[in-house]
Amino acid sequence: MKTLGLIIVGLVGAGLVYATIDFPPFGDPKSPASLHVSPRYLEKTVEETAVPNAVTSVLGDYRGFDTMFETTVIFCAGVACFLLLRIPRRRSSGPRQYRHRLTGLTFRIKEGGEIFLPLREFEPVDSIWTPHDFIIEKVCRYLIPFIQLFGLYVIAHGHHSPGGGFQGGVILGASIILLSVSHNLRTALNRMGEKISALFSPVGVFIFAGTGALCLVLGYRFLDYQALAALLPGGPIMARSHGILLVEVGVGMAVMGTMVWIFKNLASRGRYDEGL
Amino acid sequence: MEAVLNLIIEKYNYWIYITLMMIGLYAMIAKNNLVKKIVGMNIFQTAVILFYVSTGVKKGATIPIIEHGHDVAHQAVRAADYINPLPHVLMLTAIVVSVATLGVALAIAIKVYHRYQTLEEDEILEQIREL
Amino acid sequence: MSEHYPALLVILPLLASFFISAAGWLRPVCCFPLALAALGSSLLVSLGLLGDVISGGPVSYWMGGWPPPWGIYYRVDYLNALVLAVVCAVGFVNLIAARPSVEKDFPEKAGPFYTLYVLFVTGLLGMVATGDAFNLYVLLEIAAITGYALIALGKGRAALSSLHYVFLGTIGACFYLLGVGYLYIITGSLNMEDIARLLPPLYESKVVTVAFAILMVGVWLKMGFFPLHAWLPNAYTYAPSPVSSLVAPLMTKVMVYVMIRMVLTVFTVDFAFLVLRLNEVVVWLAVIAIVMGSLLALAEKDVKRMLTFIVVAEVGYMVGGFWLGNQAGFTGAVLHILNDALMTLCLFLAVGNIVHVNGDSRWESLPGLFRTMPWTMGALVVGALSIIGVPPTCGFFSKWYLLLGAIQGGHYGFLVALLFSSLVSVVLFFRIFEIGFFEPFGASHGSAHGEGGPAIQEAPLGMLVPLWMTALGLILVGLYTGEIVGRVIRHAVPGMML
Repeated sequence: MKTLGLIIVGLVGAGLVYATIDFPPFGDPKSPASLHVSPRYLEKTVEETAVPNAVTSVLGDYRGFDTMFETTVIFCAGVACFLLLRIPRRRSSGPRQYRHRLTGLTFRIKEGGEIFLPLREFEPVDSIWTPHDFIIEKVCRYLIPFIQLFGLYVIAHGHHSPGGGFQGGVILGASIILLSVSHNLRTALNRMGEKISALFSPVGVFIFAGTGALCLVLGYRFLDYQALAALLPGGPIMARSHGILLVEVGVGMAVMGTMVWIFKNLASRGRYDEGL
Repeated sequence: MEAVLNLIIEKYNYWIYITLMMIGLYAMIAKNNLVKKIVGMNIFQTAVILFYVSTGVKKGATIPIIEHGHDVAHQAVRAADYINPLPHVLMLTAIVVSVATLGVALAIAIKVYHRYQTLEEDEILEQIREL
Repeated sequence: MSEHYPALLVILPLLASFFISAAGWLRPVCCFPLALAALGSSLLVSLGLLGDVISGGPVSYWMGGWPPPWGIYYRVDYLNALVLAVVCAVGFVNLIAARPSVEKDFPEKAGPFYTLYVLFVTGLLGMVATGDAFNLYVLLEIAAITGYALIALGKGRAALSSLHYVFLGTIGACFYLLGVGYLYIITGSLNMEDIARLLPPLYESKVVTVAFAILMVGVWLKMGFFPLHAWLPNAYTYAPSPVSSLVAPLMTKVMVYVMIRMVLTVFTVDFAFLVLRLNEVVVWLAVIAIVMGSLLALAEKDVKRMLTFIVVAEVGYMVGGFWLGNQAGFTGAVLHILNDALMTLCLFLAVGNIVHVNGDSRWESLPGLFRTMPWTMGALVVGALSIIGVPPTCGFFSKWYLLLGAIQGGHYGFLVALLFSSLVSVVLFFRIFEIGFFEPFGASHGSAHGEGGPAIQEAPLGMLVPLWMTALGLILVGLYTGEIVGRVIRHAVPGMML
């Protein structure tokens, strides 16, 4: 396999190097890529969509159709991980461990054993015992709200500064994953259950595709946000800007839900009891 | 000689992406461990992303957010002042795709591990042959 | 409404997939009817679109109202209107047949299964309809990711085979993406027709040559063209039967379409056939693919696995037919996309029924099947006759055009390969029929059923009806070949090949 790999890599690499000789120089403002299609996006974005961030306007409007499917790809991955990994919950699998909240003492319950503990004073512990670190838990606890606030800002301010639905959604998703890493998976599941994260992704993508379909129903082409001027204030140009915002919110929801969903499935191997 | 050196300096980003891509491709073909192959796959996809982003660069240009505000709103925009936004948009898509592929590949790898209790390809093939 | 058909074609199943996914959590009973309604309406739209194209010529649709090359647009012409209808029909018919096996094998996961099923078809439809090279990549990945997951759902080696498919499929898709990137860096456009307009002065550039090579290798990897087919047999064999009868007929055919589209619309026929002069080489590669696919199929003792190698050989038919570069060859290749999708569907559905009843499809499970499963085996015979190329079935007509193309192009190697492959198919299927018809029941079956011969143990009606719909479709398409070629395919032939 190693020789075969080297031969293939050599051949492909030689081909790519051969092509690179005829590339326009790196960073050349006169290259075809900079002159043919893209100038219009930069010159007209404010005029046509009222969005100064050209990346956002291309992403959400000019090539919004791509972006819709890109969000669908994420959704596919979430459903795929769920389909492959999720194991329906089974009762009493193996020994369990509980920790007394006040004293920090850990109890081990044998397989099939029944206990009558006042559950408010005890909490379940992962079978591979993870150290219970007070500082990490508290610091993360205080950080997470600010991280989430920042995520919302990134989604909402994507029109004027770097950001948008994907970036904000990832930040929001990461905040839940951080909760799960710093505490344990159950804490994260209590905050955002399986059903919630699993419904967030189709609902998010549906907001995107639904906005497009709404334009179609209103008599314009699919994803032509001008149509929204009939429903929102501010004329056809501002309607494009609002349409992009709507779509970005959908993207953010879908990305956040799916990230958390994939993480839960992968980390717990589909059992949703413990992981990492 | 000087021409070759010029060529190398003029296009350094492109050489880097080729190197990265070949590392990824080699890992996918030659490595024995399935997770290493998945890592190789990710490197491979990242190399393509580097290539695309490199095509968007313009020397002396800034990020593609048009300067705006109430006083400068009506000035004509010169495309040469801002880098090309299109490759960035495309690569946002490619990043998402590579994340999705990575997630699915890892999920399948977990399934493989469930069945064979190993991720070394030769050990798995041996188990299959014994059956 | 009809001006929105190109968008509706993709949007309806896409929107439905979100509802199916949500219904999987809230009301699992609704998943199947929703999926059926989505693909059914998509099928109607695609037929309407085909009618529009036949009566009024190609249709295009600007997504978001932006004109190309700035926005993305869908363009449906004579070539892809036909492929769209085939994709919808195969997806729809197979969905009906999938229900009993889904209920038997993974009832608790029906929601996500149907979600991914519908998304897979959505991805393929988008790939066929789009006129934007990058949009094609995104949809390709949708079809690929859902395909990986559906295949990995199978038992046994399915996960490992699917992982290999992930690796090779990703290499293929990235090569495609890199090829599109090369075209972008040299032309600055992503729109297929715009690229074609900008390319002619650049034909001498090394970038275009390498872009073409890398794109073709990527697409060939995805379609399982012979030396690059390593992932295909295992992935299709170990996938659950409703998945193999979905992926096997569609994925390879749609990738053949993508290859034709890339050569016709992006690089143009002039570049591929006159500047690069690759046609001889590729036809010889196709000859090797046909011969090797047939030989490898001979070595198999499992019907399903044997069929996967037939798929490999059939890919050779289409690639070779297209690269012959004349009218008959082109017609044969496009007609074969249609026919082969139906033939493969018919055979895989029949094998799916056998697996559903018997548990596996190895030769040991075949004896006596003509008596216990007469309907399934009857359809299998029709499918087999079509693969072999016996006149009333459609397989004969596309093979006829391909042979004609080989003679016109003076390519006798391809001619011999086609005849050889047909002969091998005869051997392959008659061996199966012999076992199924003449060999008495083995000890495992016979004693249980007593004296009066074996009782009929057919697959459920829900699987037989779609199977026979396909089998009758094979004959109908065969009878109407003249119409299809005259009204649709003839208009798709590029001027240079006439």
